[in-house]
Amino acid sequence: MNLTQSEQAFLTDIRQFLADKLPADIRQRVAARDDSQLKEDIVAWQGILHAQGWGAPAWPAEFGGTGWSKVQQYLFDTECALADAPLQLAFGLKMVGPVIMRFGTPEQQQRFLPRILSGEDWWCQGYSEPGSGSDLASLKTQAVREGDEYVVSGQKVWNTLGQHADWIFCLVRTDSSGKPQRGISFLLIDMRSPGITVRPTRLLDGGHEVNEVWFDEVRVPAENLIGEENHGWTYAKFLLGHERTNIAGIGANQRELQRLKEFARAQRNDGGRLIDDPVFAAKIAQVEIELMALEITNLRVIEADERKQAPGPEASILKIKGTEIMQRLSELQVEALGPAALLSNGESRIAGLQPDPSLQPANTTDFYLNQRKVSIYGGSNEIQRNIIAQMILQI
Amino acid sequence: MNFTDEQRMLQESTRRVLASGGEFELRNAQRDGASGYSQTLWQELADLGLLALNVPEADGGIGAGAVENMLVGEAMGEALLTAPFHASAVEATLTLAKLADEAQRQRWLPALASGELIAVLAHAESGNAGSLEPTTTMATPTEGGWRLDGLKSMIYHASNAQLLLVSARIQGAPGLALFAVPSDAAGLALHSCATVDAQRAADVQLRGVQVGSDARIGGEVSKGLAEVLDQSLAALCADAFGAIQSALHATIDYSRNRKQFGQPIGRFQALQHRMADMLIHTEQARSMCYLAASHAADSDPAARRRVLSAAKVLIGQAARRVGQEAVQLHGGMGMTDELKVSHYFRRLLAFEARGGSTDQHLRRYAATMA
Repeated sequence: MNLTQSEQAFLTDIRQFLADKLPADIRQRVAARDDSQLKEDIVAWQGILHAQGWGAPAWPAEFGGTGWSKVQQYLFDTECALADAPLQLAFGLKMVGPVIMRFGTPEQQQRFLPRILSGEDWWCQGYSEPGSGSDLASLKTQAVREGDEYVVSGQKVWNTLGQHADWIFCLVRTDSSGKPQRGISFLLIDMRSPGITVRPTRLLDGGHEVNEVWFDEVRVPAENLIGEENHGWTYAKFLLGHERTNIAGIGANQRELQRLKEFARAQRNDGGRLIDDPVFAAKIAQVEIELMALEITNLRVIEADERKQAPGPEASILKIKGTEIMQRLSELQVEALGPAALLSNGESRIAGLQPDPSLQPANTTDFYLNQRKVSIYGGSNEIQRNIIAQMILQI
Repeated sequence: MNFTDEQRMLQESTRRVLASGGEFELRNAQRDGASGYSQTLWQELADLGLLALNVPEADGGIGAGAVENMLVGEAMGEALLTAPFHASAVEATLTLAKLADEAQRQRWLPALASGELIAVLAHAESGNAGSLEPTTTMATPTEGGWRLDGLKSMIYHASNAQLLLVSARIQGAPGLALFAVPSDAAGLALHSCATVDAQRAADVQLRGVQVGSDARIGGEVSKGLAEVLDQSLAALCADAFGAIQSALHATIDYSRNRKQFGQPIGRFQALQHRMADMLIHTEQARSMCYLAASHAADSDPAARRRVLSAAKVLIGQAARRVGQEAVQLHGGMGMTDELKVSHYFRRLLAFEARGGSTDQHLRRYAATMA
């Protein structure tokens, strides 16, 4: 890919910044896939970025963002991933933030946006429900207007990292009479409100990453409604478009490719190095080539988005391919480790055992298990294929 | 493949005893225990005679064959058993049945059959899981016995065993030797962990471990051990097949019950086709399971190993494909620890990494073609 001179200079600045400002201990934890201090690391890194004026790479300057072009945002995301920087929390910056900017009142903008930028408020998402996953519009969590409050009751699931959250943005049902999409509203709810219960959902890797969030007659000030009542579906669709600039995860994929090669160089295989085994080397080559193509596809989509000023359905291509590559890389890492991959740190924690960390690098097996999520969340890859068929192929 | 009534009854009674204890629920209750499995259930397996399955009739056991091991193994996989059945009652018991002398048989086989003794074969080493030659563990003759040094990798249930059967090379001698090492021997260190399929495994470090001359099992054991490893692999394939089939059934059930967009998701043709492919993988895996069982005791090592490698390759590929698809088609629920499907997925991941990887067996198979 050919960068302009100014993009090249931008890249140099970012690399210098990452070398100078990303704390070594955080970098090491991210490299080791150690999430024991996940919240502290994310908040600390957000503070460092904010101090640099880079707290919100995708926001316009008027709201305290960088005002960067999409290509610049892409370069930034990629370099951060390659440098083992923590992911910035998407729920505030990439999801509710843009919705508040576009549809919120000036009061809401002043109240919430600066605290997202600085990392003071941790946001989480209340979308899916037990009966409403891919068919999100069928959601049932009720919000009944009483005076200047909404009274919210219901249950949300797959709430990511809500155990740390100060705020949750929710899709709630305010009208059941018409088409399901018509009666949905978008509410901002303080996680400290009486009547909210957060229950962990234990996942297959033994980790506590998602929760059930229960609402039992939670009283929410009506001033926390975004836009108009019953128009929440429109805002939710807008939000989905903004979740996707980095949806292919090119940098994260490149980082995992590097790691795979490290494993294959270190691993012994019938007396030689695994990377010298033509069968295994061909598998690495195959995925590397697919990633090479996806990087260009991603840049083409970014360029088209920038021209049209609106994200298109092509993001579904990036989501499917990016997640398939990520899953393939994690699967090859497991293969590369051989019998050492049998160890699960998550399962060992449940068993009360503390295995020798040298038995398996970078928590690789649990990472593989965990990465099964990427083809399920954010609109499953089946839903993404529906979108491609309907919106791009138009059949 | 036709099973006798006795063979069918063996599988059904195995299924019954595993279901009556609620193995999955029991296991979840015991996951934070040191052993990771239920002692009560272990005793029930012994009472049913399953721990004597691979003890020869002449030694007071059942002396079952590969087909019985297959049928029982399938039930163990279905039930997600975490007890050391395969490690102790199949692999270690077969090893002693094949290689031990009379005194050793009398000492260990009845105790294995009753469930009092748990033994494991400590053979695999890092980087050689698919081959027969341990590269690091050495046995050196000493006055009155042997000294053992080496590192064995991810030995299932080593931390639950009282007896380890350790393979080693002897400097200057061809092939392999085997030694019985008590788990409390000086110089033996276990680095224990829980495995991805909620069992226990350990890296076994041997530093100057001293054993008496009566600890040596058999003479040059390469040939015998190769037979045991292939029979053990056939049983492991059956366990995996049980998990594959269960993951498929769980997915079909889920697709019938889970409604989105006003209908069961199983009505969507895109998902039907994927479950159809899962079924094809499952049936292909079943076929290789049968083939492996029918050749597991072949005396011609080349023909036997060729079939066993083919089975490990095909069942390993089916394990990955069916396991991943089962999770995907369950959506978020497939990611939870609560549902069995994620446990089948994890058991199948472990299967791929045990007994030699798919690539190692593919290479071993390919080498027979020239």
